Amino acid sequence: MTQPIISVRNLHKWYSGVHALKGVTLDVQPGQALGLVGDNGAGKSTLINILSGLHHQDEGEILLDGAPVSFRNPKDAMALGIETIYQYNSMVPIMSIARNLFIGREPLSFSFAGLGWLDQKTMREQSVQAIADVDLHLRSPDALVGELSGGQRQGVAIARAMHFKSKVMILDEPTNHLSVKETAKVIGFVQGLKEQGVTSIFISHNLHHVFACCDRIVAMALGQVVMDKPAGETSIEEVSEKL
Amino acid sequence: MRRLVKLALQKPELAGFILLLLLVTVFQVRSDGLFLSTNNLRGILSLLPETAMVALGVTLLMICGEFDLSVGSVFALMPMTMAVMFVGGWPFWVAMGAGLCVSALVGFLNGWITIRFDIPSFITTLGMLFMARSLTIVVSGGFPPRIRPGELPSWIFVGFVDGGGLIRASVLWFIAIAVILGVLLAKTNFGNWVRATGGFMPAASAMGIPTGKVKIACFMICSILAGFAGMIQSLRLNSFLPSIGEGMELQAVAAAVIGGTSLMGGIGSILGGLIGATLIRVIDNGMVMSQVDSNWFKFAIGALTIFAVVGNAWLRKRGRSMKVDTDK
Repeated sequence: MTQPIISVRNLHKWYSGVHALKGVTLDVQPGQALGLVGDNGAGKSTLINILSGLHHQDEGEILLDGAPVSFRNPKDAMALGIETIYQYNSMVPIMSIARNLFIGREPLSFSFAGLGWLDQKTMREQSVQAIADVDLHLRSPDALVGELSGGQRQGVAIARAMHFKSKVMILDEPTNHLSVKETAKVIGFVQGLKEQGVTSIFISHNLHHVFACCDRIVAMALGQVVMDKPAGETSIEEVSEKL
Repeated sequence: MRRLVKLALQKPELAGFILLLLLVTVFQVRSDGLFLSTNNLRGILSLLPETAMVALGVTLLMICGEFDLSVGSVFALMPMTMAVMFVGGWPFWVAMGAGLCVSALVGFLNGWITIRFDIPSFITTLGMLFMARSLTIVVSGGFPPRIRPGELPSWIFVGFVDGGGLIRASVLWFIAIAVILGVLLAKTNFGNWVRATGGFMPAASAMGIPTGKVKIACFMICSILAGFAGMIQSLRLNSFLPSIGEGMELQAVAAAVIGGTSLMGGIGSILGGLIGATLIRVIDNGMVMSQVDSNWFKFAIGALTIFAVVGNAWLRKRGRSMKVDTDK
């Protein structure tokens, strides 16, 4: 077996008295598309928030390519190539596509002490390129994200993650509240990730969506992993039963 | 063409700008051409930088998604601190620096308390409104410090810069500050963070923006500008009164809102704040010039605030519903 790209060892997390994660251990292989399923409160989001640097575990460790890492904030996680795409909150609707693509990582033509002049030409050019790279066709990088459809937004979020060469992409319920057509588009994006060698962790309630694009299924319940099988060796029925 | 109209309609400062043009025309006609005369413009241009500077700070802060009700009190606290220190024997520049530091500290506390305890800035700054006003009276000892004209280098801030006595240095200071703020918001990464933080905070923090620090920085900028504006007014009048700036906080919010800034954060521009503040001054002055009972001033500002927000929402909706495809 190859070196796992992410290893999670015996992770525990308490939220004001609630034991949300009870010793989760998980290895993710490079290039894998892992589907993480579970009911509300199963601990999926907690696990994802820790992996994306939003929260910190109370016990246990995270290894990236075999080396222990500690994320103080999302920026640390992103710097190491872990990008998270949330159901709603990865884009600012009132800002343009170009600006959204570079939030927090703006190219600067001049800077001092971390503050500087936006290189808007580069932002526009690179965002057009990044969007075209994920086969999304939008007319202008100046359009507001709020004017895009749900599927287009997820496309832009994925384009952003690809542009910054993420190694691991975490997609937190990216298909919620999307139409059937839009969902198909997002699943297409996720399938595209595998072709480009990006490891992905796909979180969803909807088992059909998970089975459509993942090659390994991990089910969580009550803060623990209750099932972990290649997608080919299990079925929607079996997974539903475990949850 | 359609795209351009759509973009223009969605500009938040549009409604305010149209109103401004309209009102200037009306006042000019109603005052028999006196409204745009040199003498009258001098009056407007003396007062405008003071209120507009406060409005710009509040605009920036509102774009960042927060609110400052304490600007009126800081407007008085800063010059009072400065005057008391100056009378106490400190050099002017040290006293002025101390006044600005006090303003910055008030802004920092506003921001830190709001974020640390996760309470609405409406509450934090409402408390600060009373505290800073009270401090102003305490440091003054109840008696406004007396400083003779000519003792302070007031000309640097309020002296007339042209021969005709039309434009004061404060106008230049204000323009410089407005340009810096405008550039900061539109052209720098900091501006991008401010807008993202106010526009949708969960996304901003998920993308690694230090939203707390960005907000505190905006609180501080807002407070420093309010203090600086208060100093300019005190130097212009050459009197240091603990009561100046009362009611200014709401005028500043009105200016920002009239200029298209959203109370929910994210939307707005420095130019909008400038237009809003100008509108308020123009109405104040224009009503007098066209011999309307000036007791109607507050009524007009109130009506305008509501009208501008309704008008803006309508224009934006019209703009958004204009169909231009986002797909290629």
